[in-house]
Amino acid sequence: MRFILAFILALFIFIPAVSAAEPLRIVIDNPNIEPMPFATPAFQAETPAANDYAARISRVVADDLVGTGLFREISQDAYISTVSSFASPIQYADWRAINAQALITGAVSVDAGGRLVVKFRLYDVFSGAEMGEGLQFVGSTDAWRRMAHKVADAVYERITGESGYFDSRVVFVSETGPKDNRAKRLAIMDYDGANIQYLTDSSSIVLAPRFSPTGDRVLYTGYETGFPQVYLLDVANVGRRALQLPEGTMSFAPRFAPDGQTVVFSLTTGGNTDIYRLNLNSGALARLTNSPAIETAPSFSPDGSQIVFESDRSGTQQLYIMSANGGEPRRISFGTGRYGTPVWSPRGDLIAFTKQAGGRFHIGVMNVDGNRERLLTASFLDEGPTWSPNGRVIKFTRETQGAGGAPSLYSVDISGRNLRRIRTDNAASDPSWGPLQP
Amino acid sequence: MNTFKKAALVMALLGAAACTNPDRFGENGGANGPGGANGGIDTSRLDPATPEYFNEAVGNTVNFAVDQSTLSPTAQAVLDSQAQWLMANPTYVAIIEGHADEQGTREYNLALGARRSAAVRDYLVSQGVAGSRLRTLTYGKERPLAACSTEACYAQNRRAVTIISAGSAGVS
Repeated sequence: MRFILAFILALFIFIPAVSAAEPLRIVIDNPNIEPMPFATPAFQAETPAANDYAARISRVVADDLVGTGLFREISQDAYISTVSSFASPIQYADWRAINAQALITGAVSVDAGGRLVVKFRLYDVFSGAEMGEGLQFVGSTDAWRRMAHKVADAVYERITGESGYFDSRVVFVSETGPKDNRAKRLAIMDYDGANIQYLTDSSSIVLAPRFSPTGDRVLYTGYETGFPQVYLLDVANVGRRALQLPEGTMSFAPRFAPDGQTVVFSLTTGGNTDIYRLNLNSGALARLTNSPAIETAPSFSPDGSQIVFESDRSGTQQLYIMSANGGEPRRISFGTGRYGTPVWSPRGDLIAFTKQAGGRFHIGVMNVDGNRERLLTASFLDEGPTWSPNGRVIKFTRETQGAGGAPSLYSVDISGRNLRRIRTDNAASDPSWGPLQP
Repeated sequence: MNTFKKAALVMALLGAAACTNPDRFGENGGANGPGGANGGIDTSRLDPATPEYFNEAVGNTVNFAVDQSTLSPTAQAVLDSQAQWLMANPTYVAIIEGHADEQGTREYNLALGARRSAAVRDYLVSQGVAGSRLRTLTYGKERPLAACSTEACYAQNRRAVTIISAGSAGVS
C-alpha cells in the first residue's frame, strides 16, 4: 500500500514461431470447461539476492491460475525436463509427455538498485511455440507478490483472451468479538487474502466499504458520531471525512459513479429512505427517488447513464433500473422471493444480487433486462456481491448460523463453479473488489 | 465488556418477559399492560425520575413482527407509558434506536431499523412528546440483543429501544 510502485514493462526480443497447431485457448463461457494442465518450474534466481523470491513468485503464479478453476497445475514430481536457465531451449517433447498444455518459465533477479526484476515466458507446448512475448516487471522487493500477480494476469489474458484480476485488491470489514457486540474495522487486502492492512480502528461500527473506480478512495458507512453517515477515505493516507449532508439525516449504502466524482447513497429523513446523488467537487445534492418505500443499494451502469437499485415499493424488495438523473424506474426482478443489493457488472451485461427465498439466501446474476436469472450459491446467509475487474468472478459475504455464527469472504464464478473461501485472519464481511492495478 | 454484557443480560430478560413467557417473572412480568414491564426486577426503590426507572419500570423496548414497522397494541401501551414519563421528566431527551433481525440484507435492514425508530418517534409525538426531544437512529442488524439464529432470538432483535439521556446531548 505504502510502497511506491513503478512497473517497467520491457519487451524481449521476440521471434515469432510459425506453427499450424490450434492456438492454446480457454473459452471461459464453455459450459463443459476442463481445467487446462500447465507446468511452472520454480522460477530461476539469477542473482543471490533473488533466492528469497524466485520460488515464492512462481508459487503465487501457479496459485493464481489454479484458483480460477480454469487451470490445473501438474505436480513438479512429474517433470521430465529441468529448466536450468531462462534462456535454454524448451524440450517440448518432455512437456508433451506429461500432458502440460502450457509451460510458464521465469527468472528473478535483484538489480544494482535493489529492485526486483521478474521475467517470464509462456509456451504453448503442443504447438511447440512461445505464446506472446517474454515480459519483464521491475518493482521494489516488497512488491514481489504484485509482480507474481502481474505474471499470472498476463498468462490468463493470453490464454483466455480476457483481462485478469490477480493484481487487484479488496476492501472489506474485518470483524472480531461476539455477535451481539461485534467490533468492525475497515481493512484492505490483495485479492487472494494476502497483505491485510487496516484502514480504521474498531472504536465505532463501519459497514460496506466501496472502492472508487481507480481504487484510490473508499466510501463507507461509519458510526463515528453515533449515527450512520457516509464517509470518504483516502487509501494512501487513511484521511477521512464525512460527506456534507443535511443535518439530522442518516446515510448509508454509498457507491461511486464511474467518473469517480459523483456518488450515490441512501439518505433517511423522517424514517423514509430514498436515493440521493452528491457531486464530491461541488457538493451539489440531488434526490433521485421520491417514494415512501425503502430505496437503497444503488449501483451505476459502467457507462454511468443508469442506476440499478432495490425498492420495496411493490410490497417486497425488488430490483429496479432508473436513469442516473432519477425519474420513473422500471422493475427488472419478478421471481418469487426478495431481491436486494444489485451490482452492475463491469462488462455491463449482468446484474449480481442477493436473493432471499424459502428461508435461504442466494447470490445470483440476471441479465440487465431481468431475464435469465441464475442462482450461483445457497446458504443460511449469503449477501453483498462484488465483481472481479473482468466481470467473471463474484466475491460475497457468507455468514454461518447461530450464536457463534460469523462471516467470511467467498468467491464464485458467474457460472456457479469454483466456490472458494478466502482465508482471512479474522471474520470478514462486505467485500468490495477494486480495479486491476496499473 | 463486562458492564455491556450485564446490560445485555438485563435487556434480554426484559425481552424474554415481553414476548415469550409472561409467567416466568410472576404476575406483573411482561410488557403487556399499560403499567409497562419491570421484568421481575424490584423497581420500588428506584427514583421514578431517573433513566433507570424508565428502562426498568416503564420499559424502553418495543418489538416488531417480521419485516414490519407497525406498532402492535402491546407496543403502543409501552409507548403510552414512555410518553407519560417523557412528559413528566422534561429535562430528558431520547434517542430511539431501530434494530432488525439478521434475516435481511445489511442495507435493507438499516432502512428497516430507521422505519421502526421513526414509527416509535411519531407515536411518542402523537402522544404529546415534543419532537425536538427525540432523535432516531438505526443499527440495522448490527447490534442484535440475542445472538442465536432462531425465531425466539429474532423476535427480541426486531425492536426499537428508547435511550434516555439528560439535556440535549446528541439530539439536534
